[in-house]
Amino acid sequence: MSFDAAYQSQKLKSVGTRPLRPDGVDKVTGRARYGADFNMPGQLVARVLRSPHAHARIVRMDTGAAEALKGVKAVVTAADLPDLTNGDAELFAVLDNCMARTKALYDGHAVAAVAAIDERTAKQALKLIEVEYEILPHVVDVDAAMVADAPILNDELFTGGVDPKPDTPSNVANRAEFGHGDVDAGFAEADFIVERSYKTEQTHQGYIEPHACVASCNPDGTAELWVCTQGHFVFRQNCADLLGLEVSKLRVTSSEIGGGFGGKTHVWAEPVALALSRKAGRPVKLVMSRDEVFRASGPTSATSIDVKIGAKADGKITAAMATLRYSSGPYPGMWAELGAMTSFACYDLENVKTVGFEVIVNRPKVAAYRAPSAPMAAFAVESAIDELAQKLGVNAVELRIKNAAREGTKSSYGPVYGPIGIGPTLEAAQSHPHMSAPLGKNQGRGMACGFWFNFGGQTCSDLNVNADGTVALAVGTVDVGGSRASLSLIAAEELGIDYKDVKAVVADTATLGYNDMTDGSRGTFSSSMATISAARNAIAIMRARAALTWDIPVEDVYWEDGHAKAAGTKYGNLSPLSVRDIAAESGNTGGPIAGHSELVADGAGVSFATHICDVEVDPETGATSIIRYTVIQDAGKAVHPSYVEGQYQGGAAQGIGWALNEEYIYGADGRLQNSGFLDYRIPVCSDLPMIDTQILEIPNPNHPYGVRGVGETSIVPPLAATANAVSNAVGVRMSHIPMSPPRILAALNAERD
Amino acid sequence: MSSIAVSTTINGDDVEYLCQADETLLDVLRNRLGLMGSKEGCGTGDCGACSTIMDGRVVCSCLVLGAEAQGRSIETIEGMANGSELHPLQTKFIEHAALQCGICTPGFLMAAKALLDVNPEPTEEEIRFWLAGNLCRCTGYDKIVRAVQAAAAEMRGEAA
Repeated sequence: MSFDAAYQSQKLKSVGTRPLRPDGVDKVTGRARYGADFNMPGQLVARVLRSPHAHARIVRMDTGAAEALKGVKAVVTAADLPDLTNGDAELFAVLDNCMARTKALYDGHAVAAVAAIDERTAKQALKLIEVEYEILPHVVDVDAAMVADAPILNDELFTGGVDPKPDTPSNVANRAEFGHGDVDAGFAEADFIVERSYKTEQTHQGYIEPHACVASCNPDGTAELWVCTQGHFVFRQNCADLLGLEVSKLRVTSSEIGGGFGGKTHVWAEPVALALSRKAGRPVKLVMSRDEVFRASGPTSATSIDVKIGAKADGKITAAMATLRYSSGPYPGMWAELGAMTSFACYDLENVKTVGFEVIVNRPKVAAYRAPSAPMAAFAVESAIDELAQKLGVNAVELRIKNAAREGTKSSYGPVYGPIGIGPTLEAAQSHPHMSAPLGKNQGRGMACGFWFNFGGQTCSDLNVNADGTVALAVGTVDVGGSRASLSLIAAEELGIDYKDVKAVVADTATLGYNDMTDGSRGTFSSSMATISAARNAIAIMRARAALTWDIPVEDVYWEDGHAKAAGTKYGNLSPLSVRDIAAESGNTGGPIAGHSELVADGAGVSFATHICDVEVDPETGATSIIRYTVIQDAGKAVHPSYVEGQYQGGAAQGIGWALNEEYIYGADGRLQNSGFLDYRIPVCSDLPMIDTQILEIPNPNHPYGVRGVGETSIVPPLAATANAVSNAVGVRMSHIPMSPPRILAALNAERD
Repeated sequence: MSSIAVSTTINGDDVEYLCQADETLLDVLRNRLGLMGSKEGCGTGDCGACSTIMDGRVVCSCLVLGAEAQGRSIETIEGMANGSELHPLQTKFIEHAALQCGICTPGFLMAAKALLDVNPEPTEEEIRFWLAGNLCRCTGYDKIVRAVQAAAAEMRGEAA
């Protein structure tokens, strides 16, 4: 059935309210089942052996002693995961990352795995696996990996996106360029130019739940996988491809997910657990330790970025340029490209050019992290904008408002914008009391803007009307932050029934059609669209049932306020039929009532935010405290405002951690030195103030209720907002993230010298 | 390795189990007793997801040996509600949207309960420092602090 997704202004009854979430009680009583909270009869415990070297050839491996250990049921190496990728380089990278084939490419790279009757035996077996490594020169720094004599990770990799095609291998996997106009001419017109280089360090998504799964391969060729994931349908496809299974024979159930933030969008342990189960003939549980999560699961890119911006004396930007280098771990991704696309997306520019370089290094394979690649680009650009404002002697908010993108602006990455929220968020910031609050000694204020695309994608939902008139909603997008509540509100709104009469669940891969994963802020956006469509399909059936009951043409039955009503006056006083009435009679009117929906949710509205941050920096220690923080972001339409606020606050907190503390620290030997929460310090409760939020609602024209994705944009501005605040507090431009106390002291000392 | 026999009290019930000498209380709770509400986020006492209350004091159960529970009294998330009646902290966490993914929630609830047991009227700063051993990556802590404040007010008999 065709579905009209166009925005329609209407008074909403359920959407925009704040009911209790359906999974709340399970989560406060400890009953919610996460990845590690599931067991199967006869289950074995798996452990993974990992390379201690940043770059090493695997010369020889002997698993004989481990296999002979009593209680060990299977040992797997790359030989047990043969290459079935058929020339698909991206899939091969996934395979090689799951289990190193000829070379270990980073400290923590899996080289073998064991399944045994208990953890003690499995750990003992790992020690019995002999691996002979030939240690190779390594490189972990993004700039160092680009120089001519850098150790080459992959002899088959030649820089893409350049003409002519290079004839020597390089760690630069790809060059991507975006923009329009003539930047040279634009800089020639400028009265003022700022130019600076920036660096950001690698961070981890830091979800509190380590990766965990239970895999069970049966002798009949069927298999089951219980796993914490952001996308069980995608995991099914990847695992089936890598293990040579038929998709229909692998059933994947997503557990409750203990945080993902993009980090649970890629398979790591799951194909290994399936391979172990297949070999052992028993179910296998594989749970990563925190050390493994840091060393071997997806961190974000480290970056090195040059920005140049020119403006007329009146503040009009005449040209903007950025060169962005993003590390991607040992396999190419699209991280630099995303950085290059998002850099200047907040602004209306005549002349803009961005160039991204994707650089492979001996670090873990980069995974998405909340608006992946945008925060670092925003840090560099928004720092430069701040510096430009100071150089011009104008207010930083006014400079941004003057140059902000608006409806009709050709974006720096290509498309022309529809209605967008950058201007309104800036104006809201300008008039926010936070902006004019007094500051004390050693304190500084910073602000910054951020942009993220938001994704749509393939989505499928089922809406079943039960015999008692309540509704069971099955969605295929994993609930990472309260989407079951939001989607229940949507179903209630569309059907005209109470929120409490809707129960949403995340269906497994055997019971619902394919869904892309919950990423790109698409969960609520796309599944709400599918839910509206499914509800409208159910309403069409209920209208038909009412027509049958009344024995009138279906065209004369309309739907209003949760009831089927007979149109006009020609049928006299027919009492409207509620969902409950129609459902109660469904057995006599044609059987069960359900609405299905399969769609590609096009038209995800782009999202903008502006953040304001106050800090206090201790000049003796270099330690920074966040003393006030405000998030202003366009939600399109906030379906459940509490969880929208939660997304704003959570993203801000992650960005603050990135700005001030979080960083992967490597030794000269290429080994990660801080693979735990003690030394990789994420913000704790006493580090932060309350985080104020302001939700703006500029309807997305491509969603019936105007909804935009809200999950990611909130992490884009904080790096820059915090850096601008610290720079203003200490009087020195901070160009290296994180601004840890030693880095701030070094900047202060350099300024004094 | 021979097992150690332990007699202890968990959520008010007498419990006996056998464990290995190097086995943590968290592993005993999860793997031997089926009390999987306590979560392992790090195994090194840094994240607080496994927080339990032992003789009135918050502990990371990943840093306590199963054998150390001998003769002690342990409270876990499974014992927080009184049957089907939720503890005010549990209610307020739901009402204030103080959880998103929820993996840290059992640990926060146990730590917050231990706080309110000894300090029924904590300031925001006291709440923040008391809960500094519990990591949450989703919420930015704002709504958690507000939920604890609201629960404390309700438990004092004040209008929340």
